[in-house]
Amino acid sequence: MASVQVSNVRKVYQRDQQQIPVLDGLSLDVVSGDFVALMGPSGSGKTTLLNLIGGIDQPTSGEVRVGEESIGRLSGRALAKWRARNIGFIFQLYNLIPVLTAIQNVELPLLLVKMSGKERRQRALTALELVGLGDRIHHYPRQLSGGQEQRVAIARAIVSDPSVLLADEPTGDLDRKSAEEILLLLERLNQEFQKTIVMVTHDPHAAERARRVVHLDKGVLSN
Amino acid sequence: MQILLALVALIAVFGLAWALLWAVGWGLRRLLGRTTVSPLTFLFVGLTRNWIRTVLTVMSVAAALFLYVALGGVLDTLKGAIQVGSEQRLITRNGISLVFPLPIAYRERIAAVPGVQTVSCSNWFGGQDPNDPHNFYAQFAVDAATYFPMYAKDVEFVEASKPQVQVALAPGVDPALAAFMSEQTACVVGVKLMKKMGWKLGQTVTVKGTIYPGNWPFTIRAVYRAKVKSMREETMFFHWQYLNQMGMGGQSFVGVYHLALSQPERAADIAMQVDAMFENSSAATHTETERAFEAGFVSMYGNIPFVLRIIGLAVVFAILLVAANTMLMSFRERTTEFGVLKTLGYSDGTVFAIVLAEAAVITLGGGLLGALLAKSLVQKFDLAVLPPMRVDWSTVYGGVGVAVLLGAVSALIPAWQAMKLRIVDALRRV
Amino acid sequence: MAIPISYNVRNILHRPAATLTTALGIAFTVAILIGALALASGFQAALLETGSDDNLLLMRKGADGEISSGVTRDAANIIRALPDVATGEGGRPLASAEVVVLTNKPRLGQPGTSNLTVRGVDPEALKFRSRVRIVEGRMFEPGAAEIIVGRRIAKRFADCRIGDKMRFGQQDFTVVGHFEAGGSSFESEIWGDNKVLMPVFRGDVFQSVTFRMKNPARFAALKRELEADPRLGVDVHREREFYNDQAGLLATTIRIAGVFIVIIMAVGAIFGAMNTMFAAVSARTREISTLLILGFSPLAVMLSFMLESLFLALLGGALGCLIALPINGIVTSTTNFSSFSEVAFAFRVTPLAMGVGLVFAAMMGVVGGFLPSLHAARQPLAQSVREL
Repeated sequence: MASVQVSNVRKVYQRDQQQIPVLDGLSLDVVSGDFVALMGPSGSGKTTLLNLIGGIDQPTSGEVRVGEESIGRLSGRALAKWRARNIGFIFQLYNLIPVLTAIQNVELPLLLVKMSGKERRQRALTALELVGLGDRIHHYPRQLSGGQEQRVAIARAIVSDPSVLLADEPTGDLDRKSAEEILLLLERLNQEFQKTIVMVTHDPHAAERARRVVHLDKGVLSN
Repeated sequence: MQILLALVALIAVFGLAWALLWAVGWGLRRLLGRTTVSPLTFLFVGLTRNWIRTVLTVMSVAAALFLYVALGGVLDTLKGAIQVGSEQRLITRNGISLVFPLPIAYRERIAAVPGVQTVSCSNWFGGQDPNDPHNFYAQFAVDAATYFPMYAKDVEFVEASKPQVQVALAPGVDPALAAFMSEQTACVVGVKLMKKMGWKLGQTVTVKGTIYPGNWPFTIRAVYRAKVKSMREETMFFHWQYLNQMGMGGQSFVGVYHLALSQPERAADIAMQVDAMFENSSAATHTETERAFEAGFVSMYGNIPFVLRIIGLAVVFAILLVAANTMLMSFRERTTEFGVLKTLGYSDGTVFAIVLAEAAVITLGGGLLGALLAKSLVQKFDLAVLPPMRVDWSTVYGGVGVAVLLGAVSALIPAWQAMKLRIVDALRRV
Repeated sequence: MAIPISYNVRNILHRPAATLTTALGIAFTVAILIGALALASGFQAALLETGSDDNLLLMRKGADGEISSGVTRDAANIIRALPDVATGEGGRPLASAEVVVLTNKPRLGQPGTSNLTVRGVDPEALKFRSRVRIVEGRMFEPGAAEIIVGRRIAKRFADCRIGDKMRFGQQDFTVVGHFEAGGSSFESEIWGDNKVLMPVFRGDVFQSVTFRMKNPARFAALKRELEADPRLGVDVHREREFYNDQAGLLATTIRIAGVFIVIIMAVGAIFGAMNTMFAAVSARTREISTLLILGFSPLAVMLSFMLESLFLALLGGALGCLIALPINGIVTSTTNFSSFSEVAFAFRVTPLAMGVGLVFAAMMGVVGGFLPSLHAARQPLAQSVREL
């Protein structure tokens, strides 16, 4: 079972002449099936950490392991392939493709694996039904509410059955009621489907739903 | 006037195409919403995203390719014009210039040259439509008894008057010409000229002479159609004898001699022999194959082919800029989206291909539209100073090739940017 | 309440890549337009400058060009003796009876041949065609088998260098000089003595008679008298008008073809401008709603975007003028189908042509900017505010 291991990771951004350290020798272990909330003030490096775990950014030094894979060793094509199989992303602004319908958006990751069109549609439908949008599959993103859009995004994240879900402020742009629905959904994915979830959030209410809360400040864990 | 009409037609066609493309876009979106996603649908969905822009770009590429292929068609026509005319026949003209005549006495001497089968003659009449001097068409006075047999394989007669008296026809003369042969003031007219002027068989028409002054009435006794490309269908033929009597006071000047050869393989030899024979006469001759003679007219266009090429290049370049601009804007708008795709696990190469493919579809679509439109429209055009317009398929293919290349070049920068795009940067822009 | 123009200028400069590509698209269209106009006016100018308003050109009735004309020696003598003909030194009439023929010569540096005009003139011809001037070599000697060649064809055709020989009939003629004639179509001709050239060519007939009028104001009356004279059988033209007519057909064809090409190109360029302006509008949704909320009227917003499109197009138009400018003066040649002979001429990029180009660019800008501007002005405020 997958676990996330972040060991002594440093990340330094270069902006103009200045070196800006974002993560400073950070280590974090997330065991398989955990639900971790990452909290901390703006600029504390939460999103950067999430990006490193998801393999969409590379650490300046240190190692990130997800499951058996040390993702620092993968590059380009292999990393993209790995990401498609192992990681599901959920964004604050949902990032759905506006010209695709809900179900087409969910089908998108499945294009990367060999699968018949029929099977693809079936799995996308299952995922949408799981998030409670079985009756909205042909709607375009702009025809959906924010909460519904985020649920489509979650369906897209889980459709290829990754073991790890990474969520960046998934409720940040939603009203309280919708946010509650999304958090319930994440909880259910964690408990019922044993997804390992790492969620960045500002919201203490959201963080309460996690099994564990980790605080970041100025690039290091503060608790 | 014709060009103005063509322009209106063209605008109408473009308007129609616009409406059609709108409908296609609407239908496409409807259709695509129902399908499961595949790389192909993804491509088309990308095109429908900003349908106005897609249509605008397709149309501008189509406009460019229309021009490019139409100009290419003019070049094809010019190129084709130097390949018409037989290499089996010779034309003998005055050595100084075509405008000087040759004496009729040369006829017998040319006919005596070994390898020459028959000799005919024709004179450029240079008449005008008395109602509209700018309405140009060609008239030739020919020695009909030898001329039409010589060109029997090149023309067929589609309409002819019945002869009023029975006459014995010279050997090889089409029986359809019986009425024409028996009437001094008769003429033979091409089908296109009949249509253009709205003439009827049997009608008497007037030509205003410029070289041979006066108003010349001719009665149309036969209508011909060309069986080969070298023969124009906008010409009027009448009797050289009549011109000789009425226009030259019996001085019997000949514009050019037409030589049919019994030994066509010796054409070059025979031409030299003929010219040598008259080298020191009052009128030296210049003899060349009919094809070379026709080509001589084309070379008068001088720099025009070069100018057309330059314009073609400018057109393509201008549209390249338009297309590149569109691609860049389309890419910039979708930066986040590409970031998302990459996050989902799409490789750099796939993203590169998506951008390129989209550009290819746009330019290929526009290219095909414009090139085929040009092919079908330009060939309907007929300019009096040129042989019938034509557009070779190779020009059409070449045009479409240029369009695809245009797409590739214009999409290269955005495709490269999309490929090199770092997910972190793409998502930060949100 | 108008939105300040500097707002638009800054916006145009803010996106240099899009601005430049769009402007260049328009620029090339304008350049082709100016090029076509320059070609036509260059051709027309060459022929127009050939003739003078004070000279009369007489040809046989009905003839549409010198080649198809014929004037007898008797008629030419009658004309020379007219009291209306101006006289030069020694009281000799300023008139020239001319033989005009075409000769077919190979082009240099290009395949094919073309017809050159050969003109046999009276020695007086140079006195009333004051622009004709020898630039190299010397004048032909009267009575000698010598010819002079116009400057513009001298380098473009075979046998035209000084010392070269041309054979007409059974006689060799030596090229002894090159001449210029103020850029007129005479510079595309070969001149010799008519007394020597006449027998070689067509026998005892001239193609035209040209003379300087003593009193140019008497043109109308003179024309009436001469055309009514049964001994002459001629049509009377002002020399300048005759040559202008000769230019008409081809110049008009070039202009129409040019405009045709340019209009199609403009379709592409307008689409380009529309694309750019649509993008500009959608990128500035927030700005526009801010402007609307601040109290600017939708009309002001629309005008502002139209203005921006206009600027963009004018920038392109100016660039187009710059691109077209270097072709000014380049000499090219073609056959004039009115006379069936070669005319070499220089492109003339006139201020008028550039003005037409700029106006055309502005039109493209207005047409291309209209829909996007309308789109901007009619933007639903509620929606844009939400996006704020």
